[in-house]
Amino acid sequence: MLKINNLNAKIEKKTILNNFSLNINPGEVHAIMGPNGSGKSTLSNILSGKKGYEVTGEILFENKNLFELETEERAHKGIFLAFQYPLEIPGVNTNIFLKTSLNAIRRAKGEKELDAIEFLNLVKEKAKNLKFDEEKLNRQLNVGFSGGEKKKNEILQMSILNPKLSILDETDSGLDIDALRVVADGVNALRKKNNSFLIITHYQRLLDYIKPDFVHVLINGKITKSGGPELALELEKKGYENFN
Amino acid sequence: MREKEIDILKDYKYGFTTDIENIKAPKGLNEEVIRFISNIKKEPQWLLEWRLKAFERLKVLKEPDWQKPKYPKIDYQELYYYSAPKSFKEKPKSLDDLDPKLLETYKKLGIPLQEQKRLNGIAVDAVFDSVSVATTFKEKLTEKGIIFCSISEAIQKHPELVKKYLGTVIPITDHYFATLNSAVFTDGSFVYIPPNVRCPMELSTYFRINASDTGQFERTLIIADKGSYVSYLEGCTAPMRDENQLHAANVELIALDDAEIKYSTVQNWYPGDKDGKGGIYNFVTKRGICKGKNSKISWTQVETGSAITWKYPSCILQGDNSIGEFYSIAITNNHQKADTGTKMIHLGKNTKSKIISKGISAGLSDMTYRGLVDISSRANNSRNYTQCDSLLMGNKCGAHTIPYIKNKNLESNIAHEATTSKISEEQLHYCQQRGLSQEEAVGLIVNGFCKEVLQQLPMEFAVEAQKLVGISLEGSVG
Repeated sequence: MLKINNLNAKIEKKTILNNFSLNINPGEVHAIMGPNGSGKSTLSNILSGKKGYEVTGEILFENKNLFELETEERAHKGIFLAFQYPLEIPGVNTNIFLKTSLNAIRRAKGEKELDAIEFLNLVKEKAKNLKFDEEKLNRQLNVGFSGGEKKKNEILQMSILNPKLSILDETDSGLDIDALRVVADGVNALRKKNNSFLIITHYQRLLDYIKPDFVHVLINGKITKSGGPELALELEKKGYENFN
Repeated sequence: MREKEIDILKDYKYGFTTDIENIKAPKGLNEEVIRFISNIKKEPQWLLEWRLKAFERLKVLKEPDWQKPKYPKIDYQELYYYSAPKSFKEKPKSLDDLDPKLLETYKKLGIPLQEQKRLNGIAVDAVFDSVSVATTFKEKLTEKGIIFCSISEAIQKHPELVKKYLGTVIPITDHYFATLNSAVFTDGSFVYIPPNVRCPMELSTYFRINASDTGQFERTLIIADKGSYVSYLEGCTAPMRDENQLHAANVELIALDDAEIKYSTVQNWYPGDKDGKGGIYNFVTKRGICKGKNSKISWTQVETGSAITWKYPSCILQGDNSIGEFYSIAITNNHQKADTGTKMIHLGKNTKSKIISKGISAGLSDMTYRGLVDISSRANNSRNYTQCDSLLMGNKCGAHTIPYIKNKNLESNIAHEATTSKISEEQLHYCQQRGLSQEEAVGLIVNGFCKEVLQQLPMEFAVEAQKLVGISLEGSVG
C-alpha cells in the first residue's frame, strides 16, 4: 500500500531523513519509535503533503507517486494524518468542519454527499463509540478543547473518514490512561484487512493497547532496527542509545 | 414615456444632445445640467432649488483628503451626470455576449438565470417571474400602507414625505461627495413604514424592478414611523461591471419612537483587475438617525468589491434609550483599498452602540478601520462596545485600526477591543489534509472569522455572502 524508497528530506539545508525506506502492506500496523529530533514528525509531514521540504527518493501509495499529488488529493485517496498539534479554527463549528471534510472526500471519490441528517446520524454513532462529548461538536473547531479532547477529536475524524492509511503522529503524547484507551479503541475498531496504520510515538505505552505488526526504531532520520512488538519492550528497557 | 421625454428635450432651450436611443446630459457639472436633471424628472420647484443650493455649496467645498487610500484627481467636468436607460439595442442580447468569467461567478453564487439577465440589462420576456412576484409584493405592502418605490416616484406621489425628511440626516452642506450627490442624484429607493406596522418581508432592491437604471449618484431614504419595523437589503451579490468610476450614493435612515430599521448591504462592485486597473470608487455616505426614544438602527455590511471603498455608515442616537449597531465585513484583495468603519454619536440618555468589524486583507491590498464613538455630555448612562478584528493573508497587505473615542460623560463608558491575526500555513495544511482544496480552506477559515457578522444577515443573503467571501479571496494564497 505504501512504499517509501530511499527518502531523503532536508529543511533549510539540514538533513532530517536519510535514505529512509519503509513498506506497509494492506492491513498492517507499523509503529515508528524514536527520540526527539529523529525525524518522526518530518516523515508524517511529508506523507501528508506539507510544503517546505527538499525531498528526493520515492513514495508510492497504491502505486501512485505521492509527490505528484496535492495534500487534499492524498486525503481523497485515503491518507489521514492525526496531527500531533491539532489546529484551532475559530468561528468554524466542529460538525460543519467534519461534514465539509467528509463530503469533500466523498465528492472526490464520486460518492454521494451526505445530507445534514445522514451526517448527524453517522457522527452521533461514532462519537458515542469514542465516548466523545457530542456537545463539543457544536463548538468551534478545537477552540477551548483540552489537549486530550483535541486528540480524541482527531480520532473521531479518522473514524468518520475511514481512511486506508492512518498516520498517528504522537497521538498518545499528553493523554491520560482513559483517553489513551479511547484512542486505541478507535484504532482497533478501524483495523481491517485493507486499512493500514503508521503509529509514531515516543513511548511503548500506546502499544500495550494497539498491537503493532512491526516496530521500527528511527534514529537520525534512518531506521536502525526493525522487529515485532517485542522490539518496543526492548526499547523501553534499554533506551534509544543502544540502538544507534 | 420615452416620447414625452424626448418632447421635453426638444423644447429644452439649452439644446442638449438628444438621441432616440440614448438620452444623455452633456458632460460636465454646472447649473444647467442640474436643471436638466430636475426638468427631465419633472421635479417640483422646491427640489430644484434644493439641488441648486447644494450645488452652490459644492463650489466652496473641497474633496476631503484625510482618508488612507489616495486616488487620482477626478475631473468632475468629464463625467456624465444623467444618462437615461440605454435601449435594448445597445445592451447585450444574450448571456453568450457576456464575459464568461462573470458567468462563472454567477454560477458559483447560484444566481438564477433570469436574474443574471436582469443584472446585465438583457431584454427579458414579458412573462418574467419576478414581475408577477413584484406585483404580489406590492399588493401586500400597499395593504399595510407601506410605501416602497423609487425615489423619483416618491417625489411625484408622496412629495410631503420626501420634503419633510430628505436631507435631514445628511444635510446638503455635509461634505463634498454628499453635497455632490444632493445636487445631481438621479434615482434610488424610498421606503415609508406607517406607525405600528411590521414590514412583513425583507425589502430589497433585488426585487424592486427599477423603472430606470439608477446611476452612480443614488439616493435612498427610509423612514420607519413610530413603533414600526423594517429590514432592508441593498445591492445584489453579483459583480457589476460598470463604466462609471465614481459612485457617490447617499442613504438616509430615520427611525421614530420605538421603531427599528435593519439595513443590510452586500457590495460587490467591480474591484479592478489583478494589477489594480479599473474598478469603482465607492464613496458612499450612509447615516441613520434614531430620532425617537427606544428606536434602533442596525447596519450590516459585507464589502468585497470596488477598487476603493470609503464609507462610514453611522448612527445618530438622539432618542433616549436608542440603540445603534454596526456589523461589518470588509475584504480587500489584489490592489483594493478600503477605509471604512462607523460613527456612533450618542446624544440621548441610556443610548447603546455596538460595533463589530472584521477586516480581511490579502494580496497587495490595504484596509483601514476608522471609527468614531462620541458620547455627549448629556448622554448619561450610555455604552459603547467596539470589537475590531483584522485578518491578514500573506505579507504584502496592510491592516490598520484607527478608533476615535470621545467621552464627555462620566456616567458613560466605551470599551474597545482589537485583534490582528493571520491565516497560518498550518491551518491551511490541516484543512487540506482533511480533503478541502486550498480555496475551500480559505473560505472556511475566513467565514469562521466573520461569523458574528454573517449571523446578522437575513438567511438567504447570508448564504450568498458566505460564497462571496470565498470567491473574493480566490487566488489570494499560494
